[in-house]
Parts: sequence; C-alpha cells; structure tokens
Amino acid sequence: MELRIDRGCVARCRELAAAITDPVESFISAHSTVSVERAALRLLGVDGITPDDVPLPNAVVDTLGADELGDGAVLPFGRALAETGLEPSALARLIAAGERSLAEFSSTPYEAARGALRPHADAALGRIAAQREDRVARLTRLPQLPPPLLYVIVASGNIYEDRAAAVAAAEAGAQVIAVIRSTGQSLLDFVPYGPTTEGFGGTYATQANFAIMRAALDEVGDRLGRYVMLTNYASGLCMPEIAVMAAFERLDMLLNDSMYGILFRDINMKRTFVDQHFSRMLNAYSGIIINTGEDNYLTTADAVDQAPAVLASQFINEEFAHRAGLPDAQIGLGDAYEISPDLEDSFLYQVSQAQLAREIFPDAPLKYMPPTKHMTGDIFKGHLIDAMFNLTSVMTHQNIHLCGMLTEAIHTPFLGDRALSLENARYVMNAARHFGDEIVLRPGGAIERRANAVLTACEALLERVAESGLMNAIESAVFADVSRSPDGGRGFDGVFARGADYYNPFEEALKGTAGSVTG
Amino acid sequence: MTKIVKPYGDTQNDGKVQLSFTLPVDWSEAADEAARQLAGKMGFTDVQVVDGRRIASGFSFFVLYASTPQGVDVDSIAAPAARAHAMTMDEIDAFVAERIGRKVRVAGACIGTDAHTVGIDAILNMKGYKGDYGLERYRMFETYNLGSQVAVEELVRFTQERGIDALLASQVVTQKGSDVKNFTALGELLEAQGVRDRVVLIAGGPRVTNRLASELGYDAGFGRGTVPSEVAAFVAVTLAERLRAQRKN
Repeated sequence: MELRIDRGCVARCRELAAAITDPVESFISAHSTVSVERAALRLLGVDGITPDDVPLPNAVVDTLGADELGDGAVLPFGRALAETGLEPSALARLIAAGERSLAEFSSTPYEAARGALRPHADAALGRIAAQREDRVARLTRLPQLPPPLLYVIVASGNIYEDRAAAVAAAEAGAQVIAVIRSTGQSLLDFVPYGPTTEGFGGTYATQANFAIMRAALDEVGDRLGRYVMLTNYASGLCMPEIAVMAAFERLDMLLNDSMYGILFRDINMKRTFVDQHFSRMLNAYSGIIINTGEDNYLTTADAVDQAPAVLASQFINEEFAHRAGLPDAQIGLGDAYEISPDLEDSFLYQVSQAQLAREIFPDAPLKYMPPTKHMTGDIFKGHLIDAMFNLTSVMTHQNIHLCGMLTEAIHTPFLGDRALSLENARYVMNAARHFGDEIVLRPGGAIERRANAVLTACEALLERVAESGLMNAIESAVFADVSRSPDGGRGFDGVFARGADYYNPFEEALKGTAGSVTG
Repeated sequence: MTKIVKPYGDTQNDGKVQLSFTLPVDWSEAADEAARQLAGKMGFTDVQVVDGRRIASGFSFFVLYASTPQGVDVDSIAAPAARAHAMTMDEIDAFVAERIGRKVRVAGACIGTDAHTVGIDAILNMKGYKGDYGLERYRMFETYNLGSQVAVEELVRFTQERGIDALLASQVVTQKGSDVKNFTALGELLEAQGVRDRVVLIAGGPRVTNRLASELGYDAGFGRGTVPSEVAAFVAVTLAERLRAQRKN
C-alpha cells in the first residue's frame, strides 16, 4: 500500500521545520534552567532527600540566588567537590543543611572544578552506557514480537498494584508497559522520592518506582522469553531529571514532546524548549525511544480539522529531536485514532493520516494512540472502534501501539479490561498481518486526496509559523487554539541566561556521542 | 398502581443480566464454579458461566448470564435532570439580553488535582462539542476558562474579584473519590466566603450526575454527552429567575 504524495512538499516542510527551529536553538544554547541543573547534579550522583523531604538536587540549586545562577549549579558544585573531597551526596547534604555554602569556594580555579567533576561525570555516563548495552543484549536474547508493539498503561496509584497489573498484562501479550503518572505531577517542580502507594489517576514517577517496575518486567521477560519494555513521562517541569532517572533505571521509552507542556499544561515555552533539548540529548545517549504527544491536538479539538497541525507538530518534533542528536530509530512520533465514528468514511481518513505519517517518516517508530474522545461507556461499541483502530495500525505498519480500552471514559483500566483489549489487538493484527502489503490504494481516490490535502495544509501552517517565529506563533494560538506568551506559564522563573563561565560536563560529552547510538 | 420493572432478556420479567469480572485465581473447573457461586451470593439465580479463562498467572476472567429476582418501581423514582428547555445559541443570547440586560460572567476550571480539561474545554471553547458552539462564542457571555489544576482558593478569589455569575467546576478523574473531595471543598469555601448564593454553581464531568451535584449542594450537574447550549440555557434561566426573585424582595 502506497500513497502518491507530493515529495517536493514534504521536502519544503522539512526546510520550514529547520527554519522554525533555528532561532529557538540559538535561544536554547544561550540559556539553562533549574531543572537542567538539577538533572546534572543527579547525574553526578546527588540523590536523596533532606529531613523536610526536599530532594537534594532541589535543595542545592535553591541555595543559589537568581543573580548567582548564571554559571549554573554544576561549576560551583565542582569547586566545592574539589575543595572538600567529599562524595556528591554527602556534600549536597551539608549544603542543604546550611553547613557549607557554594559561595565559600568561589575563588577555586575553574580547572580544579572541572577536574573534580570529571570522575563523577564519567561514572554517570558509564552507568548509562552499561544500561544501554544491557538492553541491547537482552533484546538479542529475548526478541520482541513483531510490531506494532502492544503497549498498555497501568495507573492504580500504588506501585505494587501496578507491578501485579504489569506482569499480568505482559503475560497477556503486552510488550510495553507505561506507568501513568499521578495527575498533577507534571506541574511539580521536584521529583518525589522513594516507592509510593498513593496517587490520583496514576502513580508518581520516582526513581525507586522505576526500579521496582524494571525488576518485575525483567523477571517476567525472562520467563516469557521476550523483553518487556518500560515507559514513563519526561514531560512537565522536571523533564530533564526524569530523563536521568530513566537512563539509570533502563526505561526503554519516554513520553517527551517539544511543545506538549506549553500548550496543554501551561508550562513556560522557554523552559520547555531548553528542558526538552537537554532531556533529548540524554535520551539519545541512553538509547531511549521518545514518544511525542500529537494525540493531544486531536483529543482537545476536532480530529479532522487538526490533521495538518498533527503533521506540522511531527515535523517540528523531528527537527528538535535531530538537533538533540536523536536518530530516527528513537523518534516515536505520535498520532491518534480520534475522528468521530459518526462521520461517514472516518476509517478512510484514519488510514490516510496513519499511512501519510508512515511514508513521510519511514524510519521513525511511530506511536499510534487509541480512540478516547468518542468512547462513551458503551463498552461493546468501544471494543469495536478499538478493533478498527487495531486494523488501521497493522495495515499502515505503525510501531508502538497503545491498546485502546473498552472501558475508556469509565475507569482506569481493570486487569480484565487489559486482557480483553490485548486479545482484541492480537486477533485483529494476526488476522490482517500482511493486509497492508497486499492492497493498492486507488490513485487519486479519497484516501490519497485526503493525504495530499493534509500535507498541503501542513505546509501552509508551517509557513505561517516560520514567518512569525515559533514563540510568536504559539502566542497567536496557531497550535490547538491555545495561546501562550513567551514569558508566561509555569516555570519561567527557573530559566536563566548562561554566564561566561557556564559549564555542564554532560552537555559537552553528549554532543560528541549522540547520534552514534542505536537500539 | 405501581409497576415493578425487571431487566428484560427476551421475555417480560425474566430479569436477565450480563456480568463479567476477574477473579485473582488460576483458571480451573473450580474457578468456574466459584464464579457461579459468587453470582449466587450476589442474589442472582439461573447463573450460567458462559466464558471462563486464564488471562494471566493467578487471574481468570469470567462472563456470566443470570437472572435477578429484584425489580424497581420507576414511577416512584425522582432523578431530576438539570435541563432548562432546549434553546439555541441565538435564543439564549436573546434571552440574556432581554431578561438580564448585561453579559453573564462565567468562569470554568478543572479544580484541585485534576489536569483533564477535555470536559470544560468542550463546554467553554469557541469550537464547542458535537457541533454545538462553546460558551466563548456566545455574544452575551463573558467567559473565563482557567484551565487545569486550579486551586479552589484561587477560583473563589477569582469569582469574588471578577463578580462571576456562574461557576463551572469540572472533574474527570474520580479515582479514590478525588472528584467528590474537590467539589465539596469548592462548595464549602464559597459558603465560608459568603458568596455561594451569588453564583450559579455547576458541577461537570463524565461521571457527574445531577443527583450527585444536588447532594453536594450544587445548582446542577452535567454528565457525559452534555452539549454547551444545555449548560448555557441552564445558567441563563437560573440566573434570570434569581435576579427576578431578588428584585421582588
């Protein structure tokens, strides 16, 4: 199955995405954020909490005033490491307790600080590289079933309940488990600590929770003879820190979008652009596949109207990802099956959109999201709509397939719901495994016409964005009908301009290595 | 004379019900029998386990058909829907212009921990839902969509500062009763600040019913499938009645 699309138009869209990203990249390289600094401290080995439950990376960064942040937190921390000879967490504890201060060491030479940081930075990169190699070895020993990879969510609020649900889902055929975060975590400017058993609509992302789930999935993967992937969310105000924790605990995928937080969570755009860049550099090195969030355009507005915005966002996400060193094989661009089931030929439009993404991004592991907006509580109709979604996914060769739940819009999935959903997907995908390879789309037919119309409209949209600049375009509500101002939203006070002595050892190291890493 | 109704399978009063559930046991003949007995303990009769199978180690899934001896008298049940009579956007704008004579100030938010704005956006956004325009498009409504995770304190402060006439609180997540907690907190704070009677207070969300909203002391509750004009009509009619009552006093 192949669409005849205007390849010249595709090339122009990529040029426009590059033109849109250029000025933002200049901004990114001249700035950092408190969350990037905290992520760097975590990489250096700063871990734990204060007696008041403040994570140590926050406690250290918070001791620096706005006027002291220009050099970042890492260089002053390196000076303190050089002078005290302490381990990073021990030093951080003393700073958090007010017994030592980063200001004490301001006269320590720059090179001494760099020298003191180097072994800790090397250790972090070695630890991440070991996890990446372990993943490759496991995937060789425990091969996955053919794509679309069946992906389900667990979201009880209690990591131990989630673990039981995840193991059961893996046995029922799931190949990717995502632990949905507690609602509101994206707006916390710190990462909670330790195993957690209470959450709303999901379970807190903590490093301890990551480790608990990873161990359980490795165990069930060994038992089933196929690797089971683990996913969480590098989004919100702590995007870079989650990327660090995920790298350390060998998560395999992270939801990570260059604009989602801005539009749908009112997180400041400058904060988001800087944070997404650092987190994606790290994801590239960790071998983690990012999943972008284009489905959100479709759930908040009409899915037929928003198709060009989805494609435009995919081009922009791809460009930002490339600039952070992510290879195509780690860029899971998003789309969703959200057109109203009442619309005549809705299935044709869905196939058109999914196939369009497949042909424009041939090497990207496309992430396909299930119907949610038009799921009503009629579980029988919902199960049928999910079957059509499953068919679209397998025939257009999507890679990462978030299984729809018949009980969507009723409750967070029950264990039995997941089993029924996986059975639906396995049946449809097995029955239609090579259907897409067998059919020819009618030249100039409805599916092809729709694809070209979406592509043309996408180019026009990208032109508008390129003309006004991405930040202004977001302010004038070009995306998702939502307007956000460059200095508005949450987390803006955590963005700062880099001073002359700004130093981040990981940025330097990752710039050289990213892009050469696969799998 | 009261008329008792029972579920209808293929014959009047057969009481047929379909059930499905998961038991945390490995599948066996005994597990099927356990599912059958469990349905019996629930009060069902003629229980048939039509499907029982392992879905994971330690878990089995069952589908059952059974009969219930229970019935209800529908006529004796009161469940008032929060429906003013249906009006179009133009009719509502005209109604507000005539009966209220100024723009109605409406604020909406996902309150507390909830970050899911799908519902409130469907009602407020210009675009609307199911081809029914959102309140932002109404000429006679001044609409503020405060977005997600708005603290109830912030919402009440906003209400007082802007002289809001109607407050739309949305909750999508219902896990562990978080929706009821958040709705209750808003109602109580409005009372405490002495502004409860000045606003038309509305609860919304896919699991919200008008009955639940009434129990929580709200003026109305709108659940799944609600279109913006239904909410707009309720706000307009309720506010007009309230203002008329105030003028009389």
